[in-house]
Amino acid sequence: MEQLTQLTSKTTVLPIDDVDTDQIIPARFLTTTTRDGIGKALFADWRFDAQGNAIKDFPLNAPDIADCKFLVAGRNFGCGSSREHAPWSLFDFGIRAVISSEIADIFRNNSLKNGLVPVIVDNDTHQWLLANPGAEVTVDLEARELRLPTGKAVTFPIDNFARHCILEGIDQTGYLMQNIDNIGRFESNRSWQP
Amino acid sequence: MGGKTLFDKVWDDHVVVPESEQTPAVFYIDLHIVHEVTTPQAFNMLRENKLPVRRPDLMLATMDHSTPTVPVKDLSVLDDPAISAPEPAKQIRQMIVNCEEFGIELHGFGDHHRGIVHVIGPEIGATQPGKTIVCGDSHSSTHGAFGALGFGIGTTEVGHVLATQCLLQRKAKSMAVNITGKLQPGVSAKDIILALIGKIGVDGGTGHVIEYRGETIRDLNMDERMTICNMSIEAGARAGMIAPDETTFAYMKGRDKAPQGADWDTAVKRWKSLKTDADASFDKEVSLDISDLEPQVTFGTNPGMVVSISKPIPKIGDLSFNKAIDYMQVKADQPMLGTKVDIVFVGSCTNSRMTDLHSVAKMLDGKKVASNVRMMIVPGSEALKVQAEAEGLHKIFTAAGAEWREAGCSMCLGMNSDKLGKGQLCVSTSNRNFEGRQGPGGRTVLASPETATASAIAGVIADPRDYI
Repeated sequence: MEQLTQLTSKTTVLPIDDVDTDQIIPARFLTTTTRDGIGKALFADWRFDAQGNAIKDFPLNAPDIADCKFLVAGRNFGCGSSREHAPWSLFDFGIRAVISSEIADIFRNNSLKNGLVPVIVDNDTHQWLLANPGAEVTVDLEARELRLPTGKAVTFPIDNFARHCILEGIDQTGYLMQNIDNIGRFESNRSWQP
Repeated sequence: MGGKTLFDKVWDDHVVVPESEQTPAVFYIDLHIVHEVTTPQAFNMLRENKLPVRRPDLMLATMDHSTPTVPVKDLSVLDDPAISAPEPAKQIRQMIVNCEEFGIELHGFGDHHRGIVHVIGPEIGATQPGKTIVCGDSHSSTHGAFGALGFGIGTTEVGHVLATQCLLQRKAKSMAVNITGKLQPGVSAKDIILALIGKIGVDGGTGHVIEYRGETIRDLNMDERMTICNMSIEAGARAGMIAPDETTFAYMKGRDKAPQGADWDTAVKRWKSLKTDADASFDKEVSLDISDLEPQVTFGTNPGMVVSISKPIPKIGDLSFNKAIDYMQVKADQPMLGTKVDIVFVGSCTNSRMTDLHSVAKMLDGKKVASNVRMMIVPGSEALKVQAEAEGLHKIFTAAGAEWREAGCSMCLGMNSDKLGKGQLCVSTSNRNFEGRQGPGGRTVLASPETATASAIAGVIADPRDYI
């Protein structure tokens, strides 16, 4: 997993509520058996028309999109399907944090396993970010803090363990493997067997 | 100290290492259902790290998402471009390789129990009260109908379970949904869950595990309970559960993987303790009286955008609402009733079981599907197909002009050739009406099997109460 401690970048803004993972990556792109080049499928049906031409006014088609590493999204971003292809495609596209007032459970969990930081902020901060696309903000994972160009800084909640893994750039499988003896003991000591 | 909820009891029984401020719990999984779409990268992770599958005996493997719904006598059928695109065909072949290499029994083509992941688990008796059940599919909440804790996971976590049989988890909050009242004729379990999502919203359950309670739930059969638990995720909930009772035990008894003989009696005794204690409390409670509930239909692009069939679409007017009704080509203040239909899809992990097929057959018997409608009926498993045919249901379906197809996820998510064309409107018994879910540009109206069948006969969205 790619390490991230602190990053300053411009935001791109998608002000729609309840954006589901079928929009982030439509199911027809889930037929891959790898993760290679999956960013091409990101928001495929919103970024491109039926002929494959870029839809100019879609925020992720903006000329300066390569400079925008943070996606500010409407409330309840990432609802729906559990496909991890959603955070994979965002990350491959270049997004390093998703900022919203609410992020769906499974998407948030999948994001944390891939170094994509889910930043949940209060409504006022959210409204400001929605109204100011392109704002240069800092995500400070070490301090659990989002800093706005206005000088305002807000803390965001993030699971300690997931934060540790992203700060160190390590995946979570190792920790589970360290517990393999505990798992074995649990299996032998159960009062019933599945 | 208050008592424990059903969720508390199942949670506590699976904690290998408790959570702390610094680390999540190491949490044991009793049943892991694997399918071809969300596992290939996880098997690759095992190969890269030279890890075996820890408990192949606790895996249940099948192929459902990207499989065609025409007969597949042998795999060469997949090379016909009219039947399958090359990518899904490759994915299906890779699944067979992965299962062989890692010693997992695969319910593949021709196996009596191949079918939708959330249909076959209960069908073979592998889904049991008190188990923790995961799958790389968000509708794993379905298994909660048996008093199991079922939830969807991503591919990284699929790898975790393959390698260690465990997940790293923080305990979710609990939410009670108390449902009272008796269903009116023509109204079904699907209408209950759609109405609930309409009431609490698509994020109403976020961070919570729902327990469905109340007299209405007790009166439902297992197929109906599965329909309700299935769509818990559409309210944002991590899982949905129902305490097991005699209905649950009667459904399970004698199924292949259910305990047999003396083990059955021991298991039932344990399962009977799986209910919320009288003095337990929930983090959140919601009530729903369904006595006057009408059939429900969605009008927008998420399952919370839902309306009673006799009522007009409400005027909400925010950006998301306007985008949704614009996409759906519907208008605020107008009813959905009477909207022209192109496709009717009966199937998916929400509504593809015998109860659903019986309802559809009863309404279609002696009737014809309207000439402007293509009706597809896709059973949830190969076993269900055999059972329906033994009862002669397929003859009713085909005589009415409906297509009776092979088991799979099919048009629920358009990963195979069963897709909507741009602008086509589908009344669907599935679970998601997201933009393009059933095919790019396709328009989905979620409804019960009864409403779907009435609409197939009428050629427009119709009230099932006029057809029973």
